[in-house]
Amino acid sequence: MPRKLPGKDVVIIGLGWTGSILAHELTAAGLDVVAIERGPWRDTATDFPPSYAPDELRYRLHHELFLRPAQSTLTFRNNPSQTALPIRTWGAFMLGNGAGGAGVHWNAETWRFLPTDFTLRSHLTQRYGAAFLPEDMTIQDWGVTYDELEPYYDRFEHLCGTSGTAGNLRGVIQEGGNPFEGPRSRAYPTPAQKQPFSHTLFAQAAREMGYKPFPQPSGNLSQAYTNPLGVTLGPCTYCGFCEWFGCGNYSKASPQTTILPVLVRQPNFEARTECEVTRILLDSTGKRATGVVYADTSGEEWEQPADIVLLCAFSIFNVWLLMLSGIGERYDPQTGRGHIGRNFSHQTVSSAIGFFDRRKFNFNPFIASGAIGMCIDEFNGDNFDHSKLGFVGGGYMGQVQSNGRPMETTPVPPGTPLWGPEWKRAIRDNYLSTVFAGAGVHGSCYSYRGNYLDLDPTYRDRFGRPLLRLTMDLHENELKMSAFLTDRYAEIIQRMGATQVVKQPRKGPYSIVDYQTSHICGGAIMGSDPGSSAVNPWLQSWDVPNLFVFGMSAFPQNAGYNPTNTVAALAFRTAEAIRTQYLKNPGPLVHA
Amino acid sequence: MRSGVLLAAAVLGLAITAARAAQDKQNFTIIERGRYLALLGDCAACHTEPGSGQAFAGGRPIETPFGTVLAPNITPDRDTGIGAWTDDEFVDALQKGVGRGGVHLYPAMPYTYYTRATREDVLAIRAYLATVAPVRHAVVSNQLPFPFDIRASMLAWNRLFFSPGRLAPTPAKSAEWNRGAYLVEGLAHCGMCHTPKNFLGGDETSQHLKGNVVQGWYAPDITDDARRGLGGWSVDDIVAYLRSGHNRIAAASGPMAEEVTRSSAQMDESDLRAIAVYLKDQPGGEEHAAPLAVDDARMRTGSAIYADECSACHTPNGGGIAGLFPALNGAPAVQSADPTSLIRVVLQGAQSAATPAAPTGPAMPQFAWLLDNAKVASVITYIRNAWGNAAPPVSIERVAAERHRLSRRAD
Repeated sequence: MPRKLPGKDVVIIGLGWTGSILAHELTAAGLDVVAIERGPWRDTATDFPPSYAPDELRYRLHHELFLRPAQSTLTFRNNPSQTALPIRTWGAFMLGNGAGGAGVHWNAETWRFLPTDFTLRSHLTQRYGAAFLPEDMTIQDWGVTYDELEPYYDRFEHLCGTSGTAGNLRGVIQEGGNPFEGPRSRAYPTPAQKQPFSHTLFAQAAREMGYKPFPQPSGNLSQAYTNPLGVTLGPCTYCGFCEWFGCGNYSKASPQTTILPVLVRQPNFEARTECEVTRILLDSTGKRATGVVYADTSGEEWEQPADIVLLCAFSIFNVWLLMLSGIGERYDPQTGRGHIGRNFSHQTVSSAIGFFDRRKFNFNPFIASGAIGMCIDEFNGDNFDHSKLGFVGGGYMGQVQSNGRPMETTPVPPGTPLWGPEWKRAIRDNYLSTVFAGAGVHGSCYSYRGNYLDLDPTYRDRFGRPLLRLTMDLHENELKMSAFLTDRYAEIIQRMGATQVVKQPRKGPYSIVDYQTSHICGGAIMGSDPGSSAVNPWLQSWDVPNLFVFGMSAFPQNAGYNPTNTVAALAFRTAEAIRTQYLKNPGPLVHA
Repeated sequence: MRSGVLLAAAVLGLAITAARAAQDKQNFTIIERGRYLALLGDCAACHTEPGSGQAFAGGRPIETPFGTVLAPNITPDRDTGIGAWTDDEFVDALQKGVGRGGVHLYPAMPYTYYTRATREDVLAIRAYLATVAPVRHAVVSNQLPFPFDIRASMLAWNRLFFSPGRLAPTPAKSAEWNRGAYLVEGLAHCGMCHTPKNFLGGDETSQHLKGNVVQGWYAPDITDDARRGLGGWSVDDIVAYLRSGHNRIAAASGPMAEEVTRSSAQMDESDLRAIAVYLKDQPGGEEHAAPLAVDDARMRTGSAIYADECSACHTPNGGGIAGLFPALNGAPAVQSADPTSLIRVVLQGAQSAATPAAPTGPAMPQFAWLLDNAKVASVITYIRNAWGNAAPPVSIERVAAERHRLSRRAD
């Protein structure tokens, strides 16, 4: 029987980006807020100082910053004919843990989605007709538009100090920026990062081919920046240890470098780390959350009552907690009924390796940052005509090589032995003169009836809770898209002057082992119709109006971009709605 | 001494007013003024045990070279605090170092500085302290070993090192300068940490504000010394530092971070400027340092370590990032006569002050696990002599001694 604690105005489950944003916005509104975080507290100087943050073995290979599967994991299968097994080492995606969440180990690519991404089904249906979409593709409109989200994209970019070149300033296309982006109200707060040689070369080749290359928007800052909260970030040193690592230089935007220093000074904020929420409590009507139950490291269970419950865990853990707490109807792929677990999606990443003449090209790949890169957006979303291509979706592509870390930067031409002196020689010969961007093509992944989350019938965690089960496969639409995009990408790499280009389009079946991105989404999707979504356009549960569910779990499908800016913008938008609407009149913000 | 007599008369006049006012339990103006003066004097820093949540209830151990003294309870509790004290007893404690019943205070209580404060100001502090929550908390202050535990010995000490009395204005200087003098030499008691002490713990008056080791930190020279002091800082730089804990050059850490967050961050702008103007007028020492040769083995080693371990934040030319990473190039803290703080920061790391004006609170990571004594000595010697800096090299033995001392410190 959990011991009951004094009530709070707000309990936040998970202190990553969304938890930190909400905690700051709501403590500023005078509410008493407690955040319950499964992992440890983390600070820059004590947890990832520059003296050991760039340790590839420790962080990249041994996954030190991530959740340990022994504490919490999920099971996986490609389709219902298989038996799902628990994941014991993270592969296809990484799951953050601790204060700052995935905001500690992200690469800091800070993209906005395209305006048409938010109205995807209506847009594609209108342009190509309903029959153009595969029968089992379950993409939806978001219930929020780009224009509605724009002020909040702006807020997050100015919180982070994002470095970039505007492409569309209040409707006017800007030279050097992304001409396909939606109109932005302000320029980026800091100029784009400097670009290394191969990245510049990619831009030149792309320009020669008629594309409009632009620098990737980066949360690794080009210069020191003090955000509106008064928190200062430093300039990036281009060390190339961003994704999978914490930044020791205070130069990668993270909750630690943007919000937490201010948040921890608020007397009405409290964080309880190393505490795992096991379920959300409902009252007898099932229509109201009364708080959460969590367990500390001693195994003691505590009940934290609260008037508002904010579910800010990583996407799949949001879905899992909803299922374990009996909130909403679980999705059944047979009948199509229920929304909790529906429309799981990920990403369709591919690349092409370009080998260059080492006597002419020295790329010094170690000079880089997580979000460095020159990109083009001609093949993203519906920026190009799909009518003759037989697929929908797309992605940005670019020379976005984010590091030259020696253990993973091992480009060798096909035919090289997998080990031994010849392999070593090939690496030596190619290390400095290869374009080797793991995610050169950042493709979308749309949602399907058969890709979903539910509870595993066999495997349970240490609390006796059934593990989450992921059923996921790649569909023909994404495979066609990946082949097409990878071909276009390879053409540019070729144009750069490569002597050999090795295409690596994404191939099925979906692999749970090969890392793509950590952008797993869906499962508690947003929408304007309770008949087809779990949360309303304010991320408020249709079933339990004092519960809000943040993060990528709300994405009805995944666009061809990195998600963090959209996740944060949605969080800022909901924070404002809670402050200005919900607190005055607690209840549904949208009446179904 | 005509002005002295006049001053005394003026003080007497004010004293009568203040004494009458202090009995008025809702004299908002005086109580509010007393709150601010207590903040200037940073009374709470010593008289509140960190984490206790009991403001002014005492119990915090104060390190002295002769042993530890516990700060007493100064809440209005009649039995264990100062609730039963008369105003005169309170004034005597601050101005004469004599507590209730004629007990001699130890100069861990900065009465040697507070004696400069006017009776009016002291009584305003008293009026404020009378309003805080009384806490019943008996503290035995004297934890000193024999023979320092004999309070009567302070009679002789006071005769040697204590010159009681208010500060006469210096008419040749501006009102702002005089206000600065009143604060620095009085309630703000800057010299308590920043003026070197003799072997008996008295101020080396000839070395006024020229730096001193306290609580395992070196409180640097805060005169206008070009290299080791504030010579390169503008009045605005000093104000920004005291206000926020940070400026374009430095970051406050250790006991100074505590001073900033508890006291100077909340001071009036005019008082911060007055302090800065006064400090800028304190003469520095002779310039006689010459940098080590760049081909000195320690400089070569130090340069390599600096490039690997320090330059990412402090930048390759030691310029730092304003408000985030302190500058080392030209920084007085780096060229200080005594390297205690430098060694400590490199070995142990340091958390800088986080204030409303500069909430970031960046921290220096520790290097004790990574750099041995020779490497620490080299890299510190290097930064003390690179980019135009000049200061004596730091020996391996000095680092070893500091590492040993730190291993025995709780903080």
